[in-house]
Amino acid sequence: MSGPLAEVAGLSVEFPTRRGVVRAVRDAGFALHAGECLAVVGESGSGKSVTARTLLGLAGPGARVRADTLSFEGRDLRALTPREWRRLRGRRIGYVLQDALTSLDPLRRVGDEVAEPLEVHGLATGDDLDDQVVALLAEAGVPDPETRFLQYPHELSGGLRQRALIASAIAARPSLLIADEPTTALDVTVQAQVLDLLDARRRDGTAVLLISHDLAVVARMADRVTIMYGGLVVEEGPAADLLSSPAHPYAADLLAAVPDLDGPVREPRAVRPAPASPSGCPYASRCGLADDRCRGELPPPVPYGPGRTVRCFHPGEDAPRPTARPAVPDVAPDVVPVRASTVASERAVVSVRGIAKRFRSPGGSWRRAVDGVSFELRAGEALGLVGESGSGKSTTARIVLAEIAPDAGEVLLDGEAWSGVRERERRPRRSRIQLVDQDPLSSFDPRFTVERVVGEGLPRGLTGARRRERVAALLGEVGLGPEILDRLPARLSGGQRQRVAIARALAPGPEVIVCDEPVSALDVTVQAQILALLARLRRESGVSLLFISHDVGVVRQVCDRVAVMKDGSLVEIGGVAAVLGAPRAPYTRALLAAVPRLHAGRRAAVPAPAMDLKGPT
Amino acid sequence: MTAPTTAPYDPVRAAEARSRAPRRQLRPGPVLAAAFLVLVCAAAAFPGLLAHAPDQVDPAAALRGPGAGHLFGTDELGRDVLARIVYGARPSLLVGAGSTLLAGLAGAAWGLLGALGGRMAGGAAMRAADVLLAFPAILMALLVVAVIGPGTRNAVLAITVALAPGFARVVRVQALVVRGSPYVRAAVNLGLPPVRILTRHIVPNVVAPLLVLATVNVGTAIIAGASLSFLGLGPQPPDPEWGAMLAQARDYLDASWTLALFPGAAITLTVMSATVAGRALQARYEGRDAA
Repeated sequence: MSGPLAEVAGLSVEFPTRRGVVRAVRDAGFALHAGECLAVVGESGSGKSVTARTLLGLAGPGARVRADTLSFEGRDLRALTPREWRRLRGRRIGYVLQDALTSLDPLRRVGDEVAEPLEVHGLATGDDLDDQVVALLAEAGVPDPETRFLQYPHELSGGLRQRALIASAIAARPSLLIADEPTTALDVTVQAQVLDLLDARRRDGTAVLLISHDLAVVARMADRVTIMYGGLVVEEGPAADLLSSPAHPYAADLLAAVPDLDGPVREPRAVRPAPASPSGCPYASRCGLADDRCRGELPPPVPYGPGRTVRCFHPGEDAPRPTARPAVPDVAPDVVPVRASTVASERAVVSVRGIAKRFRSPGGSWRRAVDGVSFELRAGEALGLVGESGSGKSTTARIVLAEIAPDAGEVLLDGEAWSGVRERERRPRRSRIQLVDQDPLSSFDPRFTVERVVGEGLPRGLTGARRRERVAALLGEVGLGPEILDRLPARLSGGQRQRVAIARALAPGPEVIVCDEPVSALDVTVQAQILALLARLRRESGVSLLFISHDVGVVRQVCDRVAVMKDGSLVEIGGVAAVLGAPRAPYTRALLAAVPRLHAGRRAAVPAPAMDLKGPT
Repeated sequence: MTAPTTAPYDPVRAAEARSRAPRRQLRPGPVLAAAFLVLVCAAAAFPGLLAHAPDQVDPAAALRGPGAGHLFGTDELGRDVLARIVYGARPSLLVGAGSTLLAGLAGAAWGLLGALGGRMAGGAAMRAADVLLAFPAILMALLVVAVIGPGTRNAVLAITVALAPGFARVVRVQALVVRGSPYVRAAVNLGLPPVRILTRHIVPNVVAPLLVLATVNVGTAIIAGASLSFLGLGPQPPDPEWGAMLAQARDYLDASWTLALFPGAAITLTVMSATVAGRALQARYEGRDAA
């Protein structure tokens, strides 16, 4: 095809609200050719999803959309009637959403869901329709499509649901596929399969617009990358070029914040937290290079190398921060090897000995969640626990926290019995082991202010001004000011909430903090801040971390040792460098192979690990 | 009995919604409802200020329609209907609000026992609630009055018994949600003793939505109270009470249909206002617009 398949220029989307107009997207533009994958990257609220949805005419209720150019297959989308939009959606443009469970109608069979675009657009009827749907499911990598065809969404695993959704999106052979965070909720091995599927569509000539916050996924998939911040496209260019030498300070910070599996292990580096600047460059409030001009005046997009544009007055300049990741370990001041500064002793704080736990599944059969797991958490160390969903990580954490009792085996805390004793005996010692989990907001009493939330972990003798002072000091330790003492956590940002949760966990002065996916709900720059905080606290207070994550890159950055779980058992445990550098267990190897890497570039068809294709039958 | 139709109240989502929701403008319905309730409460508290002499008999002026001397007309004994409506607010409201309050308290304790009392005590408590709920509320109240006898106090008790199991069920579900919540998990991990978790986290987070439910239930209780009075089982004559007035008016419908209109309207408007105000409160508390 000669011209671009889809072209957007000068796009702005505004939402009038009672508190004034929210400018979700400002002056955005891109061009997308057939067989090309364009990734739109940005943190939550950057306008990336709104931009993509505009191409479907679904910017949202009350949205005011303006554009100089908004065309698809040579048609001007600005002039479309609702009826014409409906003919476009699903027929020429397919849309894959993040959460397949909520995107699929729970009362409809998978086959009907996939058949719908074919029926609505009059592309197939009768027996032919069923055949096509089965073929589509097979094409989307759904094993045993004739059976799946008749099942309901809840009978499918997350990966299979996402595939069914993709089958439905590609049913009418659209020329453009919009995928909005298509793999965010999936395990890495399943993610790899779904990405392969999208990549196969792209090779067949479908254009793919990929919305993602995950730069490693983007590096693997995209030909071109558009980075958005505060509703603006701040940088745009070929993926390999942009990701190896970002020109915009935000792009550079974003890349530096990604915990990767390659390159030297570095102390996670905190990015200055700040809301977007109201005037001038939106990134000025967080940028190390910002000067008065940046704060007063919005930089125009300027060309930067072949095929690249950047919206910055200081493109590619070196801020007091690392830009690209060095190929060899260097000694830049902020590159502090984590493990050199933390000396983990050999004394075990928590000893887990052969624990097992079964749960009764809804069908009445017993499912082994944890089966014979043993490990020791040593004083001052950070032990990572990785595995896919359902591998028993969280059950292990709950047993370590003595929230549930193991069916077999035991847990010792400082050599004393911890599991299997009466709660009354355990309660005085509970302050020694604390929890930071994935969703801090729900772990705060909704009526409590920050002061009361954190204060609850303090000894009860402490009252009044002394108590408040102590809470303020704890907040200071996690990088929060005393002005939030009287705020409700619901009014804080995600990063602030997680800091409050960490402050509460620190309040009783614990020896162990169990971190259950503490950063998986956060934007990557915020994630880097929280990881940096945890690393610092560990160095300063000598607290041990049991760090549970599905993200191997994060574990690599934070932990000394790592344990890999699968189906309730430990398959491998050892030093991070050993396990992640030279994995011995086949499962660890498969897991690592599936992790998308920032600097591996786009991979040709990767042989998908054949594991985990199983779904409930 | 108003069956709670909302899903288990989720305090976290509500707090989020509250923090997101822009300040709502006042809507006319709830405002009017609140104004009327204030008026009724004023009548209940200080009837002497709004009218006088509900018991003054004047046979010469019996069964008059609404007019200048008697705004709402007079009854069969020539008593001023307006004065009787005003003085009738107290027992009507007392039965409605009093029984709701008692039912709320009893139901809260009952429901907490059901949620936290373990398999034996909790299970027994909830099975008992199931049995009581099998009877329609008004039938249950009638049954209780039949046993303990008529009168204002007994009517309150009867309606309390009829309403409490409903509250118990709502409280139990809410208590289970709160007990399973991550913030109670966090409190347990901090090593807080169970009593403290109960008083600081579970009870406040259960009671707040209960208050709202209670407001909505006041209307049901008023109707139940008026029904008992109508059947002659509530406050006894000559005390003015709306339900009893309605019952008396029934005998004189041919002569003066307005005699039934005003107590009926008083009951209807009060119940409507209580319900509208309660729903508005509920919507506000849960952080959504009133349906």
